[in-house]
Amino acid sequence: MAYEAVIGLEVHVQLKTKTKSFCGCVNEFGLKENTNICPVCLGLPGSLPVLNQKAYKMSMKAGLALGCIPRQCVKFDRKNYFYPDLPKNFQISQYDMPFAENGSLDISVNGRNKKIRIKRVHLEEDAGKLIHPFGESYSLVDFNRAGTPLLEIVSEPDMHSPEDAYQYLTDLKLILQYLDVSDCDMEKGSLRCDANISLRPEGQATLGTKAELKNMNSFKAVKAALAYEIMRQGKILGNKEHIAQETRLWDEKKEETFTMRSKEEAHDYRYFPEPDLPLFVFSDAEVEEIRKTIPELPKDRLRRFVSTLQVSEKDAVVLISIKELADLFEACLDLYNEPKKIANWLIGPVLSHARPSFPVTPESLTKVISLVEDGAVSNLAGKSILAEMVETGKSPQDIMREKNLAQVSDPDELKLVIDQVIANNKKSVADYLAGKDNALMFLVGQVMRLSSGKANPKAAKDMMTERLKKC
Amino acid sequence: MKLNFLTAHELQGLLKAKKIDPAQIIADIEERCRIVEPKIKAFARAPFFKNVSFAPRHQGELSGIPAVIKDNICSDGDLTECSSRILEGFRPPYDATVVEKLKASGSFIIAKANMDEFAFGSSCETSCFYPTRNPWNTDHVPGGSSGGSAASVAADEAIFSLGSDTGGSIRQPAALCGIVGLKPTYGRVSRYGLIAFASSLDQIGPLTKDVRDSALLLKVIAGHDEKDATSVDIPVPDYPALLGKDVKGMRVAIPREYFVEGMDHEVRQALSEAKNKLGSLGVTFGEVSLPHTEYAVAAYYIIATAEASSNLARFDGVQYGLRNSEKTNTAQPPLIAMYKETRGKGFGAEAKRRIILGTYVLSSGYYDAYYLRASKVRALIKDDFDKVFKEFDLILTPTSPTAAFKLGEKTNDPLNMYLSDIYTISANLAGLPAISLPCGLTKKGLPIGMQILGKPFEEEDIFRLAYQYEQNTVWHKAKPKGL
Amino acid sequence: MRISKDDVKYIANLARLGLTDSEVESLQTQLEVILEYIDKLKKVDVSKTQALTNALYVKNAYRPDNPKASIDSHKIIAVAPAHEGNFFKVPKIIE
Repeated sequence: MAYEAVIGLEVHVQLKTKTKSFCGCVNEFGLKENTNICPVCLGLPGSLPVLNQKAYKMSMKAGLALGCIPRQCVKFDRKNYFYPDLPKNFQISQYDMPFAENGSLDISVNGRNKKIRIKRVHLEEDAGKLIHPFGESYSLVDFNRAGTPLLEIVSEPDMHSPEDAYQYLTDLKLILQYLDVSDCDMEKGSLRCDANISLRPEGQATLGTKAELKNMNSFKAVKAALAYEIMRQGKILGNKEHIAQETRLWDEKKEETFTMRSKEEAHDYRYFPEPDLPLFVFSDAEVEEIRKTIPELPKDRLRRFVSTLQVSEKDAVVLISIKELADLFEACLDLYNEPKKIANWLIGPVLSHARPSFPVTPESLTKVISLVEDGAVSNLAGKSILAEMVETGKSPQDIMREKNLAQVSDPDELKLVIDQVIANNKKSVADYLAGKDNALMFLVGQVMRLSSGKANPKAAKDMMTERLKKC
Repeated sequence: MKLNFLTAHELQGLLKAKKIDPAQIIADIEERCRIVEPKIKAFARAPFFKNVSFAPRHQGELSGIPAVIKDNICSDGDLTECSSRILEGFRPPYDATVVEKLKASGSFIIAKANMDEFAFGSSCETSCFYPTRNPWNTDHVPGGSSGGSAASVAADEAIFSLGSDTGGSIRQPAALCGIVGLKPTYGRVSRYGLIAFASSLDQIGPLTKDVRDSALLLKVIAGHDEKDATSVDIPVPDYPALLGKDVKGMRVAIPREYFVEGMDHEVRQALSEAKNKLGSLGVTFGEVSLPHTEYAVAAYYIIATAEASSNLARFDGVQYGLRNSEKTNTAQPPLIAMYKETRGKGFGAEAKRRIILGTYVLSSGYYDAYYLRASKVRALIKDDFDKVFKEFDLILTPTSPTAAFKLGEKTNDPLNMYLSDIYTISANLAGLPAISLPCGLTKKGLPIGMQILGKPFEEEDIFRLAYQYEQNTVWHKAKPKGL
Repeated sequence: MRISKDDVKYIANLARLGLTDSEVESLQTQLEVILEYIDKLKKVDVSKTQALTNALYVKNAYRPDNPKASIDSHKIIAVAPAHEGNFFKVPKIIE
């Protein structure tokens, strides 16, 4: 019997606000434990939450960008359960009136287009962090992270393969980065993903029993965990046994999922409306104002790069995959209208120098490119100018001068070098004249060597060819 | 006349005229407490007279006038335990907004008032410390949950106090102790720093010796607070300045559901006389119906306990307060055992009852039938009032179905205890302002209170009527004897 | 019977409330009475009514995304029932 995997993903991203969702503590990572706290995020008796306006706008913006229908009236609810990383033993979240619902994300996997529906987008607060010292009978709690704004994006179970899931996550992350609502960095924990997966016989409409997967720390891990589950569940069903509805954790080292010993029995979260927060009502005008802040999204940008800016599909995909890179591309294009050349430089040398951001300005980069294209420096020299620029921030012209990288194109100067090479390499000259074209490249190479790389290779080649004709 | 017997506004006058200085007020209060406190136990723990500093940090309306606040209102560094074992040792690292406002107006806290544990009660008997007693007759309860706040003012151990009101917890003890107690409109006074019972119902309010003090205190503590998202951003009127207007032509509604067959005849009598007095001052009356009144207590006990069960979940021994580390039940994982032992030992019986009921009405399968339904009934109750207020300015009712009952009389009958709130609960459900003021004494010498409800954010009308009534009667001058 | 002893135990577990057997018993009796009283709400026609749950007189109250000072952690940690360094300490959660 052939089975089909049915996969839904729940993604949590930390929003890039300056402060936490309900208090003025900063939204920063890596501070000394329990120093970024206040009565509100600690849930001290008597404290009250007040919603961060930026978080609310970012949530609506994300919902709109994902094609969701925004709600006119939005409400927060309490999700009640006991856990030491939850200061109030309830989490302020959203139950039945979230920011936006019923959107979708179009993905393309192996050339096939698929529409993954997005069920809802809602805002909630993060819990603190727990540390379990090995071998000890206690755990430690740090509330620095408690209260950080989390956006939860829930998909419908429209994915059917680990590749679908991987692509969905990649595309979703890119959109959220374009919106500048989150860094989506799984390593720093600003993006987390849980998966729900079940199998059903192909053609069947009803869903099978699902397992919830947690503890996947990268998109690759999500893909691997889903692949493992498909195999595991497939085996069980093949033996005509039942799948247990449970939560399973991914073990990165062993590359398998295992049952989480019950953390909670049946969760009865007893959701009810958060009485400390009022209802939030969005006018159409306000929704439109937020919608206007949505920049051109990755898919549209890709299309525009290919159709209007004459970038190849292959190059465009790389460029738009990092918003800053695509921005840099367009800024360079404004100064120097050579899309292919700029694309090559960005995708090659510039990308290899990238730290968290790209340490070049459009002006300096286009200057380097034009120096190379005009023959003022060789391609190789251009790359080393770029490296120096990144390191020191000096201008390309200054570096060129300081390092004496100006390419030699002057015919008189070249002639001297060429003559010397011809004189020192009689055998190669003879080989060339006898019809071995490779010998030309060798001779040009010698020109480069002798000129310490400064000769303009094209000019050298042309001149050498002409000169050899006279041999 | 010893200064502790005076009102805040009288002391204001004497202080401004430099006829007295603040130290004298404290000295007289201290002396009064020495005599009276052992008999009534209004305070959660010994007052802190020694910490009082008279250096004029702030000059304001209440300069030099001390405050007593209920043990569920946070003051920085002071023990604030909600009269509960589970908050043993808790000292909040911050001031409630109302405390900040009191301090900014020159006042200072001298004591925390005893209360029903976590404000669960109508008699001050569920305090983990001891019950407070009614100054008028120490065999009787002072009412609750702000029993200590009311008793201390009635006994002249305090000039004024702040309490909290979720279902009547300011008004009912005020009535039982013969003083003035005000529950402001929901959102009029910040709840930041009030240890929450039921977030959509709670309000902090003043308990005072007369209406002028009530107006004065509301002026000081009211106002929008950016730290409380349910507080309303509208200007605070100068309530004391608005007192003294006559009440001719004010239209007052009498809801028939509050005056039923079989109601306590002394309470009925006192209200009847009050009505006549008001009538003689030019007030016109009309009988109205608030048809959903009979459902108020039921709706309240679902909504309030649901919210309370969630608000009290944070008391788990992790960050502060009691933690029970004895492992008596090794079958449970250690963390779960700690939660259960701590909460089992730390909460009293009434708190447990409400937590269980509240958890139950929110639980899977019951939410629609209980919480959701109660929230809809709440909307209907509010509608009833909105309709009445289209034709009337104010509503007059008794505050409590009876005068103060005896200690122990209702402790074995929770439902009966809940029904003591029958006249006060609707104002919380509808978010309306309401005051209780003394309007009589029973034959046995126990106070009877009348309640005036007003339109949202129109406390000045309540004060206007209450003030005229008070100035034309002598109930507010009556003091408990034999203390 | 509206609420059984097992119901009480189940709810007490959800609420992480330790109860003795005699407490379970008296709670069951008392809650039975209270729930019977509360059942009167079933008589009300709420079919056309919207629930009233959130702040009665306020909408859209929020704060600007501006940092405020945090509190001194010493004030909190030093008085915690158990702590190790600057962490709160709790019995282990078995996962």
